[in-house]
Amino acid sequence: MKVRAQIGMVLNLDKCIGCHTCSVTCKNVWTSRDGVEYAWFNNVETKPGIGYPKDWENQKRWNGGWERTASGGLRPKQGGKWRILANIFANPDLPEIDDFYEPFDFDYDHLKSAPEMEAFPTARPRSKVSGERMEKIEWGPNWEEILGGEFAKRSKDYNFEGIQKDIYGQYENTFMMYLPRLCEHCLNPACAASCPSGAIYKREEDGVVLIDQEKCRGWRMCVSGCPYKKIYYNWSTGKSEKCTLCYPRLESGMPTVCSETCVGRIRYIGVMLYDADKIADAASVADEKELYDAQLGVFLDPNDPKVIEAARSEGVPEDWIESARKSPIWKMAMDWKIAFPLHPEYRTLPMVWYIPPLSPIQNAAAAGQIASQDDMPDVKSLRIPVRYLANMLTAGDEAPIISALERMLAMRSYMRSKTVDGVVNLGVANRVGLTPHQIDEMYRIMAIANYEDRFVIPTTHREVVEDAYDLRGGCGFTDGNGCSTGSTGGKLFGSRKFVTPTEGWK
Amino acid sequence: MHQFIFGIYPYIALSVLLLGSIARYERDPFTWKSSSSQLLRRRQLVIGSVLFHVGVLVIFFGHLVGLLTPIQVFDALGISHGAKQLLAVVAGGIAGVMALTGGTMLLHRRLKDPRVRATSSFADTGILALLLIQLVLGMLTIFVSLQHLDGHEMTKFMAWASGIFTFDGNAASYVRDANILFKLHIFLGLTIFLLFPFTRLVHMLSAPVRYLWRPGYQIVRTKKRGA
Repeated sequence: MKVRAQIGMVLNLDKCIGCHTCSVTCKNVWTSRDGVEYAWFNNVETKPGIGYPKDWENQKRWNGGWERTASGGLRPKQGGKWRILANIFANPDLPEIDDFYEPFDFDYDHLKSAPEMEAFPTARPRSKVSGERMEKIEWGPNWEEILGGEFAKRSKDYNFEGIQKDIYGQYENTFMMYLPRLCEHCLNPACAASCPSGAIYKREEDGVVLIDQEKCRGWRMCVSGCPYKKIYYNWSTGKSEKCTLCYPRLESGMPTVCSETCVGRIRYIGVMLYDADKIADAASVADEKELYDAQLGVFLDPNDPKVIEAARSEGVPEDWIESARKSPIWKMAMDWKIAFPLHPEYRTLPMVWYIPPLSPIQNAAAAGQIASQDDMPDVKSLRIPVRYLANMLTAGDEAPIISALERMLAMRSYMRSKTVDGVVNLGVANRVGLTPHQIDEMYRIMAIANYEDRFVIPTTHREVVEDAYDLRGGCGFTDGNGCSTGSTGGKLFGSRKFVTPTEGWK
Repeated sequence: MHQFIFGIYPYIALSVLLLGSIARYERDPFTWKSSSSQLLRRRQLVIGSVLFHVGVLVIFFGHLVGLLTPIQVFDALGISHGAKQLLAVVAGGIAGVMALTGGTMLLHRRLKDPRVRATSSFADTGILALLLIQLVLGMLTIFVSLQHLDGHEMTKFMAWASGIFTFDGNAASYVRDANILFKLHIFLGLTIFLLFPFTRLVHMLSAPVRYLWRPGYQIVRTKKRGA
């Protein structure tokens, strides 16, 4: 047993209102720079839809993630090491920027500088890459926002696999959900595996996956390796970039920017202990439908004295073990089994999990006739097809999704009887295999969602890893040669001169 | 002048190549990259880049082996100078056509595609143009070589190249009577060495062949002191 700690996240899609606050605050902090205008480390997609970049979930097209070899081993789907190197001159699986969207801005200045004209002046779009006029914007971030565009195009959504999807194009049967996405900080990251330079690494102490900007050579294999398409090639610096899980904030015990600013309080961050020795086996089980269970098997129970003992001997700090015991991620993923990994079939063992959304009963006219017990409708009559959610979260296995949706419905029903009727309805709790105590806790964490229940983040232990003396006066995140402005005026090797905030005021 | 260009300039160029690359790697590792523009425009890149890189690699290693292997090795192997030259002309010719075709596609793309043009630096376009000129010069020397198939001319360049690397003060004199095309080809080649550290060419020094024997796929970094 090799105990490691991982910061995980759960997003409660049942409460996501699709406001994009997470995306916007993330962009303001991380990607409001040249070369990554098109990049959204966090984005919110309206489903069903093909998403961002286009059709990203379809690995038959993009070859992201892992595949199981005939001998039972794992190999990046885009190819093993030889194959990746052979494709280094031109990567056949690399999306073009138009698959994300060509970034643009508008000629706002024209609004005030235009001469007197017959028609009102307008601000026309201009490409942020070439600087040239764009006559028509064909695609952009959130092009499919709130089911924008024709169903015929949106229905290319990979999650419709095995579903008679035509009826969902009819107005009466249409359904919708939001899917906020960020880097999954996988236990078995395909990006790191695909990087020929070895620039992408997973941090041992908290599992955050990062790109060493000084080691990255821009071979762009990670972009195609990541099945979630959450690595972005910065065309200005020639380096790949990705979500950092706001590690500077995590290190000081603060939640990520996306989580902190989530107005719906849908995001949870906590520690999970896992057995690093089990990863290879868990990621390579033969049946895709067993991958979800296999990943559950990798996590270690933080209340088990043997695990605690092993964690201590591996040097996991005491407060991290304590945080793992209080982890909201553990409760949702392991105790209540209501949170699921996004596309476990990619075999990356992702660590950003999702609680599937409930939805209205599909046919309002038939609502009265639907069999219901304890005020709970059959989850198969919910508007969002269970199979659709299963394709997204459990590689098509419907049973765990049904159980999760039922538990959420049961929680509502139980709390309704308790607070409105003043009756503790044991029947409904027993029916979904939960105790009243568990339901109370679910209610507290999922419905009330207090800050301290959502974010249980231990601080990093600098005292054991770094010499704080060296950190004095350090500068923060820079896009260049550390804090150094260099001693020469010009830049011999063509990098951009770094301007410190204080210099900027001169 | 001849002594300067073929006797001294090689040392200047190689020193700048070596020290400049070390300085860049140490001082500005963030700028050490391949500068791929495939994300911005795929068209023309896939075929162009593959042809160009494969062609250039064959030519590069052809020159390296052809020029720096002591002539005695070929003699010992029983390869006549004429046969060696023929091999160089045929293999170099094929690779040259590949590289020239690919390079022309890439230069066309770099100059004509609005996205690629807007994001290219002077060094990006300049070095590609120089490489293409160098390829053309190299291809033109084939016609000179075809006029004397005994391989004697070629041995002069081998003597010069090994002379440079063995600090032979008379190295320049070995190529004094060479055709002007060869002289231009050598001069431009040395100039490309000189410019190497200031362009994207440095990415070839980080060709990630080590990836092949990296144990496993995953990389985990630990910050634990002493670990």
